[in-house]
Amino acid sequence: MSTVTVDTHAAHGEHAHTSSFLKTYVFSLDHKIIGLQFLFSTLIWFSVGGLLAMGIRWQLAYPWRPMPLLGNLLAASEGGQIAPENYTMLVTMHATVMIFFVIIPILAGAFGNFLIPLMIGADDMAVPVLNMLSYWFMWPAFFFIGGSFFVEGGAAQGGWTSYPPLSVIQQAAPGSLEGQTLWLLGVTFVGIASMMGSINYMTTIIQMRAPGMTMFRLPMTIWGMFITAILQAFALPVLTAAGFMQLGDRMLGTGFFLPEGAMANNSPMETGGGQPLLWQHLFWFYSHPAVYIMILPAMGMVSDILSTFARKPLFGYKPMVYSISGIAGLGFIVWGHHMFVSGMNPMLGMTFMVSTMMIALPSAIKTFNWLGTLWGGKIQFTTPMLFAIAFVSMFIIGGLSGIFMAATPVDIFIHDTYYIVAHFHYVLFCGTAMAVFGGIYYWYPKMFGRMMNDSWGKVHFTLTFVLMNCVFYPMHILGMQGFPRRLADPYHYETFKNLLPLNQFISWCAFMLMASQIIFVINFFGSMFFGPRAGRNPWKANGLEWQAPSPPGHGNFDFQPIIYRGPYEYGSPETEEDYYPQTQPPKEGIQSAATPAH
Amino acid sequence: MKHFWSFLFFLVPLFGVATFVFAPHFNIWLPRDISEQGRVIDGLFMFILYLTGAVFIVTESVLFYYLWKYNGKSNDQPVKFSHGSHALELVWTIIPAVTLLFIAIYQMQAWAADKLDAPAIDYTCEVTGRQFNWDFRYPGPDNELYTQDDIVRTDGKLYLPVNEEILLKITSADVLHSFFLPNLRVKQDVVPGMAQKMWFKGKKTGGYDIVCAELCGWGHYKMKGRVFFLPRDEYDAKLAEFTAEQETMTVEVPEEE
Repeated sequence: MSTVTVDTHAAHGEHAHTSSFLKTYVFSLDHKIIGLQFLFSTLIWFSVGGLLAMGIRWQLAYPWRPMPLLGNLLAASEGGQIAPENYTMLVTMHATVMIFFVIIPILAGAFGNFLIPLMIGADDMAVPVLNMLSYWFMWPAFFFIGGSFFVEGGAAQGGWTSYPPLSVIQQAAPGSLEGQTLWLLGVTFVGIASMMGSINYMTTIIQMRAPGMTMFRLPMTIWGMFITAILQAFALPVLTAAGFMQLGDRMLGTGFFLPEGAMANNSPMETGGGQPLLWQHLFWFYSHPAVYIMILPAMGMVSDILSTFARKPLFGYKPMVYSISGIAGLGFIVWGHHMFVSGMNPMLGMTFMVSTMMIALPSAIKTFNWLGTLWGGKIQFTTPMLFAIAFVSMFIIGGLSGIFMAATPVDIFIHDTYYIVAHFHYVLFCGTAMAVFGGIYYWYPKMFGRMMNDSWGKVHFTLTFVLMNCVFYPMHILGMQGFPRRLADPYHYETFKNLLPLNQFISWCAFMLMASQIIFVINFFGSMFFGPRAGRNPWKANGLEWQAPSPPGHGNFDFQPIIYRGPYEYGSPETEEDYYPQTQPPKEGIQSAATPAH
Repeated sequence: MKHFWSFLFFLVPLFGVATFVFAPHFNIWLPRDISEQGRVIDGLFMFILYLTGAVFIVTESVLFYYLWKYNGKSNDQPVKFSHGSHALELVWTIIPAVTLLFIAIYQMQAWAADKLDAPAIDYTCEVTGRQFNWDFRYPGPDNELYTQDDIVRTDGKLYLPVNEEILLKITSADVLHSFFLPNLRVKQDVVPGMAQKMWFKGKKTGGYDIVCAELCGWGHYKMKGRVFFLPRDEYDAKLAEFTAEQETMTVEVPEEE
């Protein structure tokens, strides 16, 4: 270990001791505290989003029957019965909460903030104040979206895609009153927060790497975060602009998205001359890259966990980096595949079909490389490893089912059916959420200095893994029958009558899936106080973050990290141990590619 | 049970395949197809299902095999200190790339037949989506829309001749809807301000569901219609009946305020 200590660190440490509780834990400039603030906020919203999903599942299993327990919370005025407008609100807000308040901020905000400086050897983010603001700008969004449940007409009901004219014309739906305005404001603030974060991440990763940490020695997690930050920075302004255009249509009398002669309540609107499809183009120009924002950091985290517990180097590091860069590039020219049956020019559909088929390729390459990583290793089935393997196993399903939708003629039939619902839940819940759980179990010792309980972690894993497959896998065959999404009561259609028993099975599995997360919650909070103390490197991992104290103090490292190699040198013949930390200087006489270079 | 975890992951391909094998026995599958292009779409669906199914079984089985074989508790071989293989990367880049491109090109014809090459015939009917109903306007005896003899029906029932090429003009009066006929494998979002074409040929007589497949407000779930395919003579009689009904109907015109 290097003994070089940098004076500023000591100074920072001094400063931290003297500051107040409010400054240390609330208005903190420390990336680790901000990361944990993001983590706690998003986990709370995770449970809110989950409860909303339970409402959806209840309605699909027992249409119009009063919902026990939760009914009083979700639909108090109707005695627990979910009214049709409440159902559309549930589907809208479940997606909104999960995407904008859980997946995006937990990956970029929580893990990105906590891990980036630690994994690249920096003492903090490049602009700590901006970092703090990026968290505090989430709060207006929390208030807007949370508060929108209580305004007249309820929260937004236009779907999370918020397609006009339904979302623009205030008379079109109860939720298109104040609820939709608050929704737009909320999403705008999430956008501002993400933008601040992504600028910071890019700057930090480019500028603040420790000596010897070249770009191709960065862990895949950091590559995932880096590419995500670039995607966000380029795609978000479009969503923000589109959001303001929709606000203009709603409140200022503009007509970007309203066609000539649009009707509301059987009387023509005063404004018009716009085009509803324009919103869809603008929305998906952001939201398709956002799909990758929701998966690339997860892929990176999984790569790190797999390599650590297979005790062997990551297979094909550079092809992995090139594939995520490829996904980022192609991600900007595939948005039209959400619009194959929207009325967009069918010739354009053909173009988007080809680019969409090609974007499956980098994902395939990554999957094969993960399998290659496991090949010939000595796999340790720890809880984080199980979640990471589950990610790979589930991502295969989610990736393959995407090919059906990319095939435009097939998409004509399965578009807006449960086939799509199955597909994106396999990517986002069975995929990203597994990576998030894996990441929490893996980095928990670094975050809190204690280990989570491994046995209860495995119980949590097994229940989650089995139940989520029972929930989402049958949705494929629901979709094959043409079962449409967002339908409060599909059983009065002759085609879908026979699907009620299968939906009841799915719903009961979903309730149990939700309940089994209690194990995680108890383990998470209990381990903070009763977990065994973790040393610096409980997993015997190579990554730079494991050389810092657990939890790292202000300024992160108590020595100046100098990096000699990449983070995946497990089982290297150069050392007797089966791991080879990035900071460990090579032995005398061994000529490796270890000359520190900045 | 040192191999508990590898077997748990083996359940994925096992149950994955079993679900698709047993679903038809529970009468859950692609709904009955009564159209011409539906055969092509179903064929394409099954082709992709078999192809992805094969990849699914192989990759999940390889995953299971590696978890089982390289279990740290039983594997006493030293780890393979390998950073990757250029040759393998090429193999698993080129093979999927060629396969995906093949699928892309293979289906272009079907897409063109469904969405690009409209038949050069008169409109059979105009379909208008509105919150929360499907309205139908038949051109009447003169075969021309928007003339005096048009037949307008607002009961959500669409009558069409069987075994004949149908060309629909579809549009929306208020918000987005989607005109979805599961049994004919056709779906098209309807957009206010845009008139779009939809064409198909129904090959079996009988009544089938019309589903709204795009969220259109609180009543989205009940925006249901039925399409009936009738033999030509019954269809003509039905339209004549509608015309007669319409002529005896009195319409109250509200006075201008």
